[in-house]
Amino acid sequence: MKIVSLPTELLIITKQTTMNNYETVFILTPVLSDKQTKEAVDKFKKSLNSSGAKINHEEAWGLKKLAYPIQKKSTGFYFLMQFEAPGEAIQKLEVEFKRDERVMRFLTMRMDKDHFEYAEKRRTKLSKTA
Amino acid sequence: MAENQSEIRYLNPIDIEVKKTKYCRFKKSGIKFIDYKDPDFLIKFINEQGKLLPRRLTGTSAKYQKKVSQAVKRARHLAILPYLADQMK
Repeated sequence: MKIVSLPTELLIITKQTTMNNYETVFILTPVLSDKQTKEAVDKFKKSLNSSGAKINHEEAWGLKKLAYPIQKKSTGFYFLMQFEAPGEAIQKLEVEFKRDERVMRFLTMRMDKDHFEYAEKRRTKLSKTA
Repeated sequence: MAENQSEIRYLNPIDIEVKKTKYCRFKKSGIKFIDYKDPDFLIKFINEQGKLLPRRLTGTSAKYQKKVSQAVKRARHLAILPYLADQMK
């Protein structure tokens, strides 16, 4: 069998991945101090940026009461992020969420057309009130 | 004869069933995306125990009921809504 070396241009095309819009919410433990929570949030933002994501929107909901106890805690620090990223970035992010003990819960989803429109509307609404 | 008939009176007014036509609120008001982050809105679609209300009570169309249930389940995962409760409302 003859091994044919592919031209580099072709390889680049196959490597190029489409960017999708994602939304993720995660809950951090309430035992952390303000500085520590900021550190944790920054860590995830950094890892997203390093895997080629572009964060469009971020929102800290702050300490909120949980509807039911998680890990025997009744409150949690909620954080919302909306970003544009290649699909591989999500896997990396979720592994980090799982390994980090400070994260109690997380949920990531791809935004479809309607969700994206809603998110944009919500953003403009929030910026007006703020 | 006609006079006699008109003298019949009922103690209680008779219930005349007027069928209220149900409608899908999402179709009517053009809501396309149901936000899982908004518990005050989702509470309309669950009962006191935190269970999802059936379509036959809310009148939601099949297409949007699926989205409602998805949104409620996401909210439950993030502890925005409870999995089970008593006297939620």
